[in-house]
Amino acid sequence: MSSAERQSVAVAEAAAPVPPLDRRTRKFTARRIGTVPWWFVVPALVFFLFVVLWPSVQGAAYAFTNWDGLSATKDFVGLAQFERLLKDPGGVGAVVHTLLIAFAITVVQNLIGLLLALGVHSKIKSRNILRVALFTPAVITPVATGYLWKYLMTPDGAINQILGFFGLGALQHDWLGDADIALWSIVATVVWQFAGYSMVIFLAGLQGVPEDVLEASRIDGAGPFRRFWYVVRPELAPAITINLMLSIIGGLKLFDQVWVMTSGGPGTSTDTMSTLIYKNAFQFGDFSYGIAMALVLTAFVAILSTAQYKLLGKQGGTK
Amino acid sequence: MNRYTWRTFILEAVMVLVGVLFFLPVYILVNLALKTPDDQSSPLAPVTNITFQNFSDAWSQANLGQALLTSAFVTVFSVLIIVAISALAAYPLARVTKRWSKWLFFVFMLGLLLPFQLALIPLYTTIRDLGLLGNPISLVLYYAGLQVPFSVFLYTGFIRAVPLDYEEAAAIDGAGPLRSFFSVIFPLVRPITGTVIILNVLHVWNDFLTPLLYLSGSNQQTVPVALFSFVSQYVSQWNLVFAGLVITIAPILIAYFAMQNTIIKGFASGLKG
Repeated sequence: MSSAERQSVAVAEAAAPVPPLDRRTRKFTARRIGTVPWWFVVPALVFFLFVVLWPSVQGAAYAFTNWDGLSATKDFVGLAQFERLLKDPGGVGAVVHTLLIAFAITVVQNLIGLLLALGVHSKIKSRNILRVALFTPAVITPVATGYLWKYLMTPDGAINQILGFFGLGALQHDWLGDADIALWSIVATVVWQFAGYSMVIFLAGLQGVPEDVLEASRIDGAGPFRRFWYVVRPELAPAITINLMLSIIGGLKLFDQVWVMTSGGPGTSTDTMSTLIYKNAFQFGDFSYGIAMALVLTAFVAILSTAQYKLLGKQGGTK
Repeated sequence: MNRYTWRTFILEAVMVLVGVLFFLPVYILVNLALKTPDDQSSPLAPVTNITFQNFSDAWSQANLGQALLTSAFVTVFSVLIIVAISALAAYPLARVTKRWSKWLFFVFMLGLLLPFQLALIPLYTTIRDLGLLGNPISLVLYYAGLQVPFSVFLYTGFIRAVPLDYEEAAAIDGAGPLRSFFSVIFPLVRPITGTVIILNVLHVWNDFLTPLLYLSGSNQQTVPVALFSFVSQYVSQWNLVFAGLVITIAPILIAYFAMQNTIIKGFASGLKG
């Protein structure tokens, strides 16, 4: 390979974030710089095995026992814990709530994040300060934002005061005390906190949209929606993939805000899989039931995130 | 195209309005923390009679000094370990093309899919059997393992994009792999190290459930847990609660505002790929 070719490979590699090395480059690599020793991975692997992999395998195994977490005896009970989950209205409810939360957060947070990114990625003069302001909630401790919104959402809190001030008294609610809307109030809190997070990832994707193509399509008479769909969207594909992945996983695992704002209440109307896992394992002394639930959660995370990766990845999302 | 038209002006007005709406809760938070408990004005009305009494009360009653120290200890040490072991592990994963390297990368990525809830309970029993419950070191070990997959993922992608020429030059000059790593690779991937540090600091500092479990009952709490037990006691005294919230998010917010450009850029550059 000539040095000019090498140069172009290097440039191409630098341009694409995770490029697969092509066959020629691979052989070349192995021959010229020898090998990096395998033991470099050992420290990371030891921590990873100890903290993630081995306990997860253990967890998956305990789900098929009746261990209470303390006693020395554990008996194999097969699928009994999963049957319990299916017959437990609280357990099924938590699964439904978790899926609703994950779906709502994924759609709303990314839609708002995208609109914010498009608004900030423009000629407006306040774009820098807006970017900073909109990202601020994302760095705040979720426990703190949970309490903040719990206060804002109290019956005589700021939200109802503002609604009253604008003569919208009919829209006032007991946001967290009403079993029908408490779940959506929590979703709103999470969306407020992380819309700026999605925005920043979309903004990074928007940097790659070619200005001249945008300009040319405008001259050719393409409206804003066609310009977005045909010029902007393909450039945004990696950002869309990563944003969807992060919000699906974040929504499925949601715990902090729920625990702080409602602890799963009123009744069981906002129990998620994470809060129920915590309650069962550490408050009700029902370790293996909690773990069976965690295994179901794992399946959801794996299935949904692989599905979206496969669906969007095919469209060039992983270029 | 490049002019500031009336359309741009309308967009600007709308965006500023949205920005104000987004920032409003943060304003209410600080505003209320500065008001006296008997101040009956609306949470939106700017404070007229500033008091810092809430802050000193919250500081002493929630034992926040201790909590900030514990959180700082856990954050600094776990992030140091994460950066060191993840960068080192990513180097062969990015450069070696043998089968073990691909498989190992795949195993690490499996960790991204496993929710921590699955490992939470068995790991809790292991930590208990090791006698580390109530000891912040348990958290350092936990985060160092938990954050490896994501950090390895970011580092591997970035190292693959580094041209081989520099390592070749170093190898010709007689540098071994360890020397190449420390003098060539690690300095070259500094931007992604920034991203890894930012994301991990945020995660570790803000995490709630694990410290709630591992440190419960001890007097060494991290900030979110100290906040949680403090609020459980003073639940309706919002001025006091908000002062506590302000104190605990202050270190993160100050760091964020001081380095906002680096943080936002670093955050995005690591994740957009």
